[in-house]
Amino acid sequence: MMPGLYIHIPFCLTKCAYCDFYSVTQTEKIPPFIESLTREMDLYRGVFDSFDTLYLGGGTPSLLETGQTGAILDALRRTFTFADDTEVTCEANPGDLSRETARALRAAGINRITIGVQSFDDGTLAFLGRRHDAAGAVEAIENARQAGFANVGLDLIYGIPGQDLASWRETLREALSLAPEHLSCYQLTLEPSTPLGLQYRRGEVVLPGEDSLYEFFFQTSETLEGAGYVHYEVSNFARGDEWMSRHNRKYWNHTPYLGLGPAAHSFSGVRRWWNHRSLDRYIAEAGRGIPPIAETEILTGEQLLLEALYLGLRTREGIDLEAFARRHGLDLPDERGALLRILQDEGLVTIREGRLRPTRSGLAVSDSLPLL
Amino acid sequence: MKSIRNFSIIAHIDHGKSTLADRMIQRSGVIEARSFKDQILDTMDIERERGITIKSQAITLPYRSRDGKEYSLNLIDTPGHVDFSYEVSRSLTSCEGVLLLIDAVQGVQAQTVANLYMAMEHDLEIIPVINKIDLPAADVERVMEQIDSELGLDPYSALTCSAKEGTGVDEIMEAIVQRIPPPKGDPEAPLAAVIFDAQYDPFRGTIIHCRIVEGTVQGGDVVRLIHTGTVHKVEEVGHFILPRRKDASLSAGDVGYIIAGIKTVSDVQIGDTITSDRRPCAKPLPGFKESKPVVFASIYPIASDDYEELAVALEKYKLNDASFVYQKDSSVALGQGFRCGFLGLLHLEIVQERLEREYDLSIILSVPSVRYRFTLTDGTVLFVDNPAHYPDAVSIARSEEPYIRASMMFPERYTGAVMKLCKEKRGENSHLSYPSPGRIELVIEMPLADVIYDFYDRLKSVTQGYGSFDYDIIDYRESSLALLDILVNGERVDALSQIVFRGSARERGLRTCERLKEEIPRQMFKIAIQGAIGGEIISRTTISPFRKDVTAKCYGGDITRKRKLLEKQKKGKKRMKMVGSVAIPQSAFVAVLKSENT
Repeated sequence: MMPGLYIHIPFCLTKCAYCDFYSVTQTEKIPPFIESLTREMDLYRGVFDSFDTLYLGGGTPSLLETGQTGAILDALRRTFTFADDTEVTCEANPGDLSRETARALRAAGINRITIGVQSFDDGTLAFLGRRHDAAGAVEAIENARQAGFANVGLDLIYGIPGQDLASWRETLREALSLAPEHLSCYQLTLEPSTPLGLQYRRGEVVLPGEDSLYEFFFQTSETLEGAGYVHYEVSNFARGDEWMSRHNRKYWNHTPYLGLGPAAHSFSGVRRWWNHRSLDRYIAEAGRGIPPIAETEILTGEQLLLEALYLGLRTREGIDLEAFARRHGLDLPDERGALLRILQDEGLVTIREGRLRPTRSGLAVSDSLPLL
Repeated sequence: MKSIRNFSIIAHIDHGKSTLADRMIQRSGVIEARSFKDQILDTMDIERERGITIKSQAITLPYRSRDGKEYSLNLIDTPGHVDFSYEVSRSLTSCEGVLLLIDAVQGVQAQTVANLYMAMEHDLEIIPVINKIDLPAADVERVMEQIDSELGLDPYSALTCSAKEGTGVDEIMEAIVQRIPPPKGDPEAPLAAVIFDAQYDPFRGTIIHCRIVEGTVQGGDVVRLIHTGTVHKVEEVGHFILPRRKDASLSAGDVGYIIAGIKTVSDVQIGDTITSDRRPCAKPLPGFKESKPVVFASIYPIASDDYEELAVALEKYKLNDASFVYQKDSSVALGQGFRCGFLGLLHLEIVQERLEREYDLSIILSVPSVRYRFTLTDGTVLFVDNPAHYPDAVSIARSEEPYIRASMMFPERYTGAVMKLCKEKRGENSHLSYPSPGRIELVIEMPLADVIYDFYDRLKSVTQGYGSFDYDIIDYRESSLALLDILVNGERVDALSQIVFRGSARERGLRTCERLKEEIPRQMFKIAIQGAIGGEIISRTTISPFRKDVTAKCYGGDITRKRKLLEKQKKGKKRMKMVGSVAIPQSAFVAVLKSENT
């Protein structure tokens, strides 16, 4: 499989209360960032040459002016080769996705857009610190459609303080009515360094309990699968196999990827490295042609095995047991037979046609499955 | 001999024994200020942390008294727990007097009284010392009243001090010289010395700590350990001038050490009499008791790869702990291990803690047991201290368990609570007496198994710390016993099997199940915990599985982070014992031993 390319656009107009992805609000630094990004691309010329996915993430890639996005894409095309059917994804904030922006993005070659809707409930959106409302989200989606996007994804969040199942079901219903090709439904994760994480530590907000989170998860899966979506990864649903995120699947099956931009991660198959989580440092180093790498790790066979196991068990396609044994030297049914039988009896995994797959309940506990 | 004083400090826990000892050591100048460390006699970390003394220690303090004469004050520090009461009694045998230390705020407490009685049994001169007079809440007058009414001692004989600030320490040292009688004994008589401790030195072998009662011993002498029956050539003798000073000889009245090429501490017995092989004393000194383990448990390494390391650690540990015994053992669930004997539960905990700390081992202990006696239908008599060796139920003609005679002392107001506890522990033939007004002495017979379980902790709890406790094993008595097995998801965990009194089997089974439920983390599947006797399930709990445990996002930046977390969890799991597919943490094995009140 061809590697994937990720570009981290580390800018946001405002910071959301829950988000710990690396971003800054100093949009005046966009031009020097693009300059350094272009220099960073050069560092990988000949190291990575062709890709079949490109993913602009952030941050908020949609806040770039269309010319800026175009400049990045042009530079990428000058530096690397892209397959004809390359999946080109851009994350977008509904607030940015005017008819014009949508059109410009489509014209620049973006063919998949994933919109950070998060919720169709205005109260919830305000709580999360989002700068758009539900009506704005609907409008953004319509704009994307009108601009000719055939592959629209929506990001949603559940398990938010104060959110009940009924309100979440309402958001899901609204999302389904817009017939997106892709849905990412994330359980809210509290990161300690975020404002929400801090509020939680101070006891100011209460999260739903485990049983209720299970209900959110289970009902989400049941509702969306009932509506014809494939629950292909813990938090991801596609309206048919062809709409699964080709780029994200590379993360989950150990396909190499190159990440450019501050805090971006790359993986070569055995080596993983990541850039400085500082825009200034990134601009300074990449600008001078120095790899802005913060850290590198070389994965041992054991680490690769563990990753393959846990990543595989996060996806519905699961693990090809024979391929796994060949690649990692561990025959799971042979060496973990007793436990696998229990997990099968408990309805957490299935073994069929040589694949070990988590069931829906299995996906819900897939952090524990790899500890078998 | 006129210039020697042998004494001990006895006190309730936290009344400042170690601090006073530190001050006296500093005052005597045997140790330079810069190398001084608090609680110098409590050399083990575990002693400092728990505030208890486990090993006896001795130190000689040179002191010039006010009349200008030079004295050697031998301070013998004693352990402070019922498991070690025999060692305490041997240490006290070596003294002529004690400082009875009482906290000026807390006043007379349970161990103050218990220790006083022990000192009285040995006919020792008692100097009451009221400590912590610097504290704002100190009430010296009230403590003086208690010394009179509760201890029956002359309150005007009491000294006051603040060990923390060092005030009153000179007066104490002076009182030791003036009030504690010098040792008696004839340096010319045949040698008779009592061993009160033995410590292992990697270069010299066993260092015997002893008090010379009669006669003299010097390097080159051939000595005999009367009870052990062995003969050794003395290499070196000396006094405990920090830490040891070699001298030409030790004579009647001296407290000191003897090195005689004895390899391990197990080759000597505390309380044994050392005499001269050529000119032996007529009879051994009184009071010798063979120290016998009464509590047995198996120790297993959590990781079976650590078995060899555990074996080495036990061997090393054993060098310095004669009362600890062990032999190889194996368990279906836990693999290769060792069956060990201890003086009591505290001793067991200390061994466990030291193995983990000093040898960096993760170990699991099986449920402790006493030694039962079974008579089989064919007449064979069998002693069983390991549930794994419980005889086939149909072949048992008679089962018996060891009984103790316990003596407890506590203020009268706790009588009801103590009696209730003793009844629950199957106490019988109780006898109450009033050694002094308001104070009860209870002598009662109880099965040892119930006493080791959690009795001492609960006695302390129901008497709010005022209850003292001591016991002797008296005999075996017929009892209805059963083997209680614990099953985790249908698999028997033999380390959790227990031999129990049939009458309390159901309750014990339930309690064990509940304890395990608290300690075993929830897993992805349901865990059934059952107690069974024979084939019959008598108790059951279940641990429900968790249903949601998954990180929402897992993209480029999350993969390493997530893997590291899993690696950590896997490592943590290695510290757990897998029984079938259930990971049981070490804490679960420990929790089963604890009572619900602690």
